[in-house]
Amino acid sequence: MSSADNNDVKTSDNIVIAAQGLTKSYDGVRVVDAINFDIARGEVFGLLGPNGAGKTTTILMMLGLTEISSGKVSVLGHDPARSPLRVKRKVGYLPDSVGFYDYLTASENLAYTAKLMGLRSAERTHRIAAALARVRLSDVADKRVATFSRGMRQRLGLAEIIVKQADIAILDEPTSGLDPQATLEFLNLIEELKAEGITILLSSHLLDQVQRVCDRVALFQSGRIVLMGAVADLARQVLGAGFVVEVEAEGTGLARRLATIPGVTNVEAVAADRFRMTAERDVRADAACAVVGANGSLRRLSVDEPSLEAIYARYFQDQIAPSGAARHAA
Amino acid sequence: MRREGSPFQGLGAVALKELADNLSSARMMVLELLIVLTALAALYGAIDSLRQNTAEDPFLLLRLFTVDRAPLPSFVAILGFLIPLMAIGLGFDAINSEHNRRTLSRILAQPIYRDALLMGKFLAGLATLAVSLAALWLMVIGLGLIFLGVPPGGEEIARSLAFLVIAVFYAGVWLSLAMLLSVVFRSPATAALVALGIWLFLTVLWPMLAPALAQVIAPPDPRYAMLGLDTPDTAIWAQTLARLSPNHLFGEAMLAVLSPTTRSLGPVFLDQLRGAVMGAPLPLGQSLLIAWPQTVSLIAGTIILFVAGYIVFQRQEVRA
Ligand SMILES: Nc1ncnc2c1ncn2[C@@H]1O[C@H](COP(=O)(O)OP(=O)(O)OP(=O)(O)O)[C@@H](O)[C@H]1O
Ligand SMILES: [Mg+2]
Repeated sequence: MSSADNNDVKTSDNIVIAAQGLTKSYDGVRVVDAINFDIARGEVFGLLGPNGAGKTTTILMMLGLTEISSGKVSVLGHDPARSPLRVKRKVGYLPDSVGFYDYLTASENLAYTAKLMGLRSAERTHRIAAALARVRLSDVADKRVATFSRGMRQRLGLAEIIVKQADIAILDEPTSGLDPQATLEFLNLIEELKAEGITILLSSHLLDQVQRVCDRVALFQSGRIVLMGAVADLARQVLGAGFVVEVEAEGTGLARRLATIPGVTNVEAVAADRFRMTAERDVRADAACAVVGANGSLRRLSVDEPSLEAIYARYFQDQIAPSGAARHAA
Repeated sequence: MRREGSPFQGLGAVALKELADNLSSARMMVLELLIVLTALAALYGAIDSLRQNTAEDPFLLLRLFTVDRAPLPSFVAILGFLIPLMAIGLGFDAINSEHNRRTLSRILAQPIYRDALLMGKFLAGLATLAVSLAALWLMVIGLGLIFLGVPPGGEEIARSLAFLVIAVFYAGVWLSLAMLLSVVFRSPATAALVALGIWLFLTVLWPMLAPALAQVIAPPDPRYAMLGLDTPDTAIWAQTLARLSPNHLFGEAMLAVLSPTTRSLGPVFLDQLRGAVMGAPLPLGQSLLIAWPQTVSLIAGTIILFVAGYIVFQRQEVRA
């Protein structure tokens, strides 16, 4: 399940969050069950899973906000249970359905948390103005948060993390409840943070939404990580191959040429001039070359990226089917 | 396991924000208005009755606090009744409102301990109450100057300041009780109702229940009753039980501090009075000594309730 190992060699100082056997029980019920994962610096890591899978609980343990039942987690080299302040100084957290003091303005809300961060007055003003500009809330900086939409609140929460100049941003369900436009904007902001080298851990139950921004994902199910790795790797593991590239072109021997592209696992001729390829990666560029090589003319070239939904659905189909059959037999 | 960093990190920021919130809140203004109006009525009654029998009283100013004219209770009695209301009004939604606004996990994700949040809110509440009480105190002194026309003496000022300090401690008990309830109950309405229930019980019902309970625990001796005296055992039990109410402790401490002739609180036995000059005022130090156990009990009550709230809060899940 450690398919991410083939991306780059991870040295221990490159790893900012490491969980080993991390477990949380409520009244004897294990809601997070001995999970292991490593998150590398600068990575966008997605914790994905249905409601009640244990995502929020995992996050709270990483912040020292709930007790760890057993196992351990290290965040930036610190144990959040023993040195919570060191962890929280460097980790920004956007809770799911984040709340603000409605009677205060956006900048007053940020000023309060900035004081709690221990920032001095001049530094505060400066950082808050910059952060509000980053999340495009400058023109409502002096409006009461009571008037803010859900999308604006989420962005304000992100501004708080920017004010903190956090090394790690932990975002719990950041896009749930946002409309498609707001989701897109928010995902863009996440990508901007990533570009600055901030490590991002986000949780979601909407697989397709976060697929775009996540380098790696861990799929949660009832407190366990059942799948972990880059989306393309998971696709190869679970679906065989994840990318579907469609080519509409003419050319002699095109099908043969397409089949020799590295990473392509199958080429199917849908019509005389239409081919559907399944591949382990996005092979559009190679396909275009092949068409040119075959002296053909390219009319259409499209790709369907592997969908997490498909991976998830297939995985659980495979898991459930045999055991279901067994139960029927018994 | 020693904790890293200071538990007071962020305390100042929390306290300042909460203080600003308290002082500007509509709730606080309503409560203050209520108290000022009732206090004014009580003072008016007191001034009126003091003017009618202007005997030579060395502690005229102090009498302003304690004299009542039916049907109005004295200023101190009114405060004994209303200070809890003010403290409950400030504390009943301290923590649960953070849960319900969903600000708690965001705030606790900042580099502070929960200690700072709870303590900051408590200190801000106490400071708010102290400011209000100090304003009331100034009002009494001012009205005394205007309507009685006598400048207060040094000892009167000292005694009335002692009143102020003890009143703040009294407010502290109720504030920490309200905050404890705000931790225990997720719904502010429930916390407020329970706090008000306890308040009514301790200020209205308990003074009636305590003597009745005492008679059950230590039945009065008919031989004393024939002489028209209280049975010492019964009286002591009645007093001990009554003192479980902070209201009663406050009343006793006020009596000692504001009525300099008070020589003892509670049942007095004849041998204790041997050699005492009845009616002569005690020096300030002596009065403070008499009020000391009550004051310490109020402080202890505050600390116990605060610690209880602290322990529950530490173990609580931050998730709403
Ligand atoms: N205080 C608690 N006491 C008992 N059980 C709890 C408590 N908090 C959470 N749980 C249980 O832990 C499990 C995991 O909850 P968690 O909130 O971590 O899930 P999640 O993956 O974040 O779900 P969602 O997508 O709904 O946010 C749930 O089954 C929940 O009922
Ligand atoms: Mg959750």
